[in-house]
Amino acid sequence: MKLWFEKQRYLIDFTLASMARRKARNLGLLGVYTVLVFVLASVALYTHALRVEAAKVLAASPEVILQRLVAGRHDLIPPGYLEKVGRIRGVQKKEGRLWGYYYDAVVKANYTFMVPNDASIAKGEIVVGPALERSRGLAAGNGISFRSYSGKLHTFIVASVLPQASEIASADLVLMHEEDFRAFFDYPVGHYTDIALSVANPLEVRNVALKLAAALPDSRPILRDEVLRTYASIFDWREGIVLALLSAAILAFGILAWEKASGLSADEKREIGILKAIGWETGDIIKMKFWEGLLISLTAFLAGFVAAYLHVFYFAATLFEPVLKGWAVLYPEFRLTPHIDGLQVATLFFFTVFPYAAAVLAPIWKAAITDPDAVMRG
Amino acid sequence: MIELAGIRKAFNQGQHNEYWALNGIDLAIEANKVTALRGPSGSGKTTLLTLVGCLARPTEGRVRLKGEDISGLPERFLTDIRRRTFGFVFQQFNLIKGLSALDNIILPAYPTGEPRRELLERAEALLARLNLGHRREAKVEWLSGGEQQRVAICRALINDPEALIADEPTANLDTHLAKEFMAILEGLAGEGRTILLTSHDPLVTESAVVDRGVEMRDGQIVDDR
Repeated sequence: MKLWFEKQRYLIDFTLASMARRKARNLGLLGVYTVLVFVLASVALYTHALRVEAAKVLAASPEVILQRLVAGRHDLIPPGYLEKVGRIRGVQKKEGRLWGYYYDAVVKANYTFMVPNDASIAKGEIVVGPALERSRGLAAGNGISFRSYSGKLHTFIVASVLPQASEIASADLVLMHEEDFRAFFDYPVGHYTDIALSVANPLEVRNVALKLAAALPDSRPILRDEVLRTYASIFDWREGIVLALLSAAILAFGILAWEKASGLSADEKREIGILKAIGWETGDIIKMKFWEGLLISLTAFLAGFVAAYLHVFYFAATLFEPVLKGWAVLYPEFRLTPHIDGLQVATLFFFTVFPYAAAVLAPIWKAAITDPDAVMRG
Repeated sequence: MIELAGIRKAFNQGQHNEYWALNGIDLAIEANKVTALRGPSGSGKTTLLTLVGCLARPTEGRVRLKGEDISGLPERFLTDIRRRTFGFVFQQFNLIKGLSALDNIILPAYPTGEPRRELLERAEALLARLNLGHRREAKVEWLSGGEQQRVAICRALINDPEALIADEPTANLDTHLAKEFMAILEGLAGEGRTILLTSHDPLVTESAVVDRGVEMRDGQIVDDR
């Protein structure tokens, strides 16, 4: 065993010396390969973290949301619906929600106006999300006016700004009193935007939805699981788009790396001949090249992955953010919780390190099995 | 030590450019003796060396090392025999550029997995013996032709082989260096090593160190004394 370790050490020593002798080629290869891993890992880490983040945010959302439809379009919930829902077994809590979108021509962005269910905001006051704080320069105590869709100007006092920590969900949020909301949007009394329902037993959610659909045929129950699935597929789709956009570059990098790794120079072929002539076995030469491939690909994988990790979790994925995050005018500024999926890392490792090892070993096999007598002939 | 019986060696066999480099060689190389293969270019000297040194297999015939038939052995075993039994000094020296003299010398011992300390001790002793101690850390491409050949000799001896095989060892050396090489050869022969070399340099073939000269032409032995 000791002999085996000593032998591997010699092979690694020689490999490192060989690599140092071809510094430019190997550093170039390492650079290209690291960039390749960096791009792939950044996209994978970012979309995965977004998916996890979305799931976390939605964990606190209601199990079922009920919307009323008129001619297939979302319409207001008329009075009396809340009472009808209350009679369905399994529903633990229900509440009518008031929310809507408002286009602010000043910053050319959409805000979400909402009435919080705890009625904690006084009349004439609003609580704004961090993106509004930035875009409109708002702070607690400031006054701000919005022109409603009816043309009337409404002035509010900013009571506070929502904390940065909740920004992924609250960047463009404006919370206000119910009466202010109804006055601003001319919302009829007793009407709601939708109804949020809590269902205690998760296994009952689907049954409750079926009962809701039967009891209120003009309504559409939306399950939290469905929203989660939609988010997941949106992020999957965005990941796919980014990879499709980058596929040409990835392919070019891949071909370059393959070409560099699999090409044996005349010098290398000569060296293999010499090593065989002085007593190295074909296996020793293949092992040496295996170490070379492993050292380069592992270093590139680790460097690329660590760089991607820093890029995503410490520099907010600056390079891919515009495509992966969405197309809002007011981007939420948030730092993702570092989250790594073992299977994802393993897949990335397999698809980057394995082809490289194959690229290195395939030509070396051919060179290593040739008779060593060629070296005698100069 | 080595017996060759009915040896024939073809290159590009079965193709339009088929060429028989050796055509019926019967030869016994004695242990602890210096044997020189002479002959013009293309006579088959180097091909014969590759067969004796287990660098290649004959197309026909048998090679026996200490009575054991090695001509049909798989590559792994041949490599093992080559590493333990033979040391090679090539015409072009075939050192690995970019590595120091010391690193080149210990290369043939890497597959043995011997402790590095022992290897380095042996290499240092060989360097000292061939007056190369001061050049141990120099990259081989910075060395003169004579120094490069001495590094190649050290490398050939690192595994302490019984036999040394040298192909045209003086072809790239001037008279002074060629004489120096012959002096080294004399020392090695004195230690009881078997030496087989090819040359058409009279300084080598007519040297008193050489015990036996084998003349070759067109892949056959034409004279043996």
